[in-house]
Amino acid sequence: MFEQLVNGLTQGSIYALLALGFTIIFGVLRMVTFAHGEVFMVGAYAGFVVFTHLQDNLVLALIAAVVATFLLGALIEIVAFRRLRNAPHFSSLLVTIGFSVVLTQLARLIFGAEVESIPMRQIEGLAFSEIRIGEVYVSYLQLSVLMVALLIMAATFLFFRYSRLGTAIRATAQDHEAAMAMGVDVNRIFTITFAFGSMMGGIAGVLIGFYYNLFYPTMGVMLGLKAFSAAVIGGLASMPGAILAGLLIGVVEVFSVDFVNSNFRHLIAFVFMFAVLLIRPQGLFGGGQLKGARGD
Amino acid sequence: MLELNDVNTWYGSVHALRGVSLSVGEGEIVALLGGNACGKSTTMKSILGWVKPRSGDIVFRGERLIGKRPSQIVDAGIAPVLERRRMFPQLTVRENLMMGAWRRRDSKGIAEDIAKMAEIFPVTASRAGQAAGTLSGGEQQMVAMARALMARPKLLIMDEPSMGLSPKYVRTIFDLIVNLNQSEGLSILLVEQNANVALSIASRGYVLQTGVVVIADRAAALLENPLMQKAYLGIA
Repeated sequence: MFEQLVNGLTQGSIYALLALGFTIIFGVLRMVTFAHGEVFMVGAYAGFVVFTHLQDNLVLALIAAVVATFLLGALIEIVAFRRLRNAPHFSSLLVTIGFSVVLTQLARLIFGAEVESIPMRQIEGLAFSEIRIGEVYVSYLQLSVLMVALLIMAATFLFFRYSRLGTAIRATAQDHEAAMAMGVDVNRIFTITFAFGSMMGGIAGVLIGFYYNLFYPTMGVMLGLKAFSAAVIGGLASMPGAILAGLLIGVVEVFSVDFVNSNFRHLIAFVFMFAVLLIRPQGLFGGGQLKGARGD
Repeated sequence: MLELNDVNTWYGSVHALRGVSLSVGEGEIVALLGGNACGKSTTMKSILGWVKPRSGDIVFRGERLIGKRPSQIVDAGIAPVLERRRMFPQLTVRENLMMGAWRRRDSKGIAEDIAKMAEIFPVTASRAGQAAGTLSGGEQQMVAMARALMARPKLLIMDEPSMGLSPKYVRTIFDLIVNLNQSEGLSILLVEQNANVALSIASRGYVLQTGVVVIADRAAALLENPLMQKAYLGIA
């Protein structure tokens, strides 16, 4: 029971990370991206390639994913959003869908359509060494996932709350014209924000790829949908909301596998989300601006 | 100090500024007057680099501004106080001030200026940790001015500072403007619908009508001008 809770939280922390990236992007640009799941996939592959071909080091894999998805995010923002700032919203939406298709196809071209895994001898140290916490056994891998996810979340909060750039991003989210009047380069803020949100998706990609040790070109589709849903349930612009919703979905999913059948876990997760939205249409922390970096 | 020469600005097919020329001298308060949609805001946006005029010249302290980015114009020494104050509502008062100093890197100078703002605008200190959106309109106007001054501008452009404020606060704000002008030698371009108040502190004024400067004169003369009295000063 308690072990299942840890499993759920581990999985949920990855959803939370992915949803958080999505939320940050939406909170600042007021735009939805449909390429987030594929950015996640790119992050997963970046980590996979470094881990299997260069050095089997989880930290290096994460750094590779961070760099790759940060740059990819910046590229997507410039092409899909900056270039189309004065176009109807649908144009940007369409370009992000285009990106998601192109990225999936590229991955298929490079890696093939089959599922790849890290060879057992490289990952067994992480996946099968366990430590005991009280009555519960937790694998090193699970612990790493949880730690990385929590660390990134905490760093994100501190960044938005205390750093100069984080404050400027919040200011831009609240009133981008006023920010421009202070001499803030609003375009640059948008690009950095998008890159930052994408980077969080990329980290989530490495974590989930390693957690299940499965890498395939369409791995971001269902995850992208779930992150989007978690972000909506959280209130779309609320960082604590995204985190809470992500964790909840993870836990619900893991327990549903226990009680129903693992084939239905996606179904259960989405039924749960519908239920939440029926009760709270505005989401858990609904409404308004990018929230959470202050007590607002 | 600031000189607009035959500036023409278009929004798509709308000719919003038609050959506007005006100037603000060193240490001067100049009023830019006119009703709704007369081109006041467009003039301001043209100066700030938010819209690019099609022709004409904007020169600030010998530097041509047309084609420069908004951030470069802040660097050149022009800071706006926007209409309706435009606080970052969920940022604290102090964070709002820090945003005003966004282009500066001299943390020591910034700290000095924060202390200075606390003297000129006590509310920036007494409410430093409070979300700016929770302040009253008059208090927000103070914070908005302090925030603009954090950029250490040489020219302050104030857009409708009297709008939505009680007469008492309007007086306070305008007294503060005069003080800043006299003690700091700050030049001020006052964009106002309320011609009476604006001309009470300005040395000169321009009246804009549908994108054209129709009257340009000293403030005292404008107050006596029958056309002004009828159209803008509420004197029949």
